[in-house]
Amino acid sequence: MSPFHRPPQFNWWVGNRAFTLFVVRELTSVFVAAYAVLALLLLRNLALGRDAYEAYLRWLVTPGMVAFHIVALVAALYHSTTWFALSPKAMVVRIGGRRVPPRVVVSANYLAWIIVSVIVAVIVLRA
Amino acid sequence: MRKSAEPFWWLLFATGGTVAAFLVPVHILLGGVALAAGVTREAFAYDRILTLVSHPASRLYLFVLISLSLFHWAHRFRYTLAEGLHLKASWLPVSVGCYGSAILGTLMAAMVLARL
Repeated sequence: MSPFHRPPQFNWWVGNRAFTLFVVRELTSVFVAAYAVLALLLLRNLALGRDAYEAYLRWLVTPGMVAFHIVALVAALYHSTTWFALSPKAMVVRIGGRRVPPRVVVSANYLAWIIVSVIVAVIVLRA
Repeated sequence: MRKSAEPFWWLLFATGGTVAAFLVPVHILLGGVALAAGVTREAFAYDRILTLVSHPASRLYLFVLISLSLFHWAHRFRYTLAEGLHLKASWLPVSVGCYGSAILGTLMAAMVLARL
């Protein structure tokens, strides 16, 4: 190894609040993906028939899975809020040549989020 | 100059991040937390969910939700592994592993949803 090569460090993000929050934000995607896999499994068991589907639902409400869903919900909410906070930086909205203030863009995202969530809930609960 | 595939993966990441930000919390709430609390148990009965999911619009929606959520993860996880764990030397296998999993999940979602 060259004497100028610094050995890799795996804990650079520990101890610095901004770096830790950055890594936490990136790792929320693991929960998003895990949820996608659970949704896929639900559909697969639904395709297999009533018994498989009902057995799957019973597994979903075991203590370990309930704990997972609570942590995953917190992670998903953290992803949503950080994603909306970044939206004015990712996309500058102009109306009539004037830049829409970042605060308004973020608020519009939250409003859309609430509306979309209510629509999904109504479809799932009342369809 | 070789064309980079990076904008393509980034676009999937950005679209997936938006889809996940808007939709994943309500799905986890309804199908996970509220289900365990017993609130949505009737809503998730076999016949109801089968009818709901059998609609072509629901199937397209679920396909987009699952696939883009996975691509969003693949992109973020690739960079987290490369930068967080200094795996830059294994950039190619990490990329193939991450995007490969997302592609596999997408194919499985397509197969399952097509048969429902």
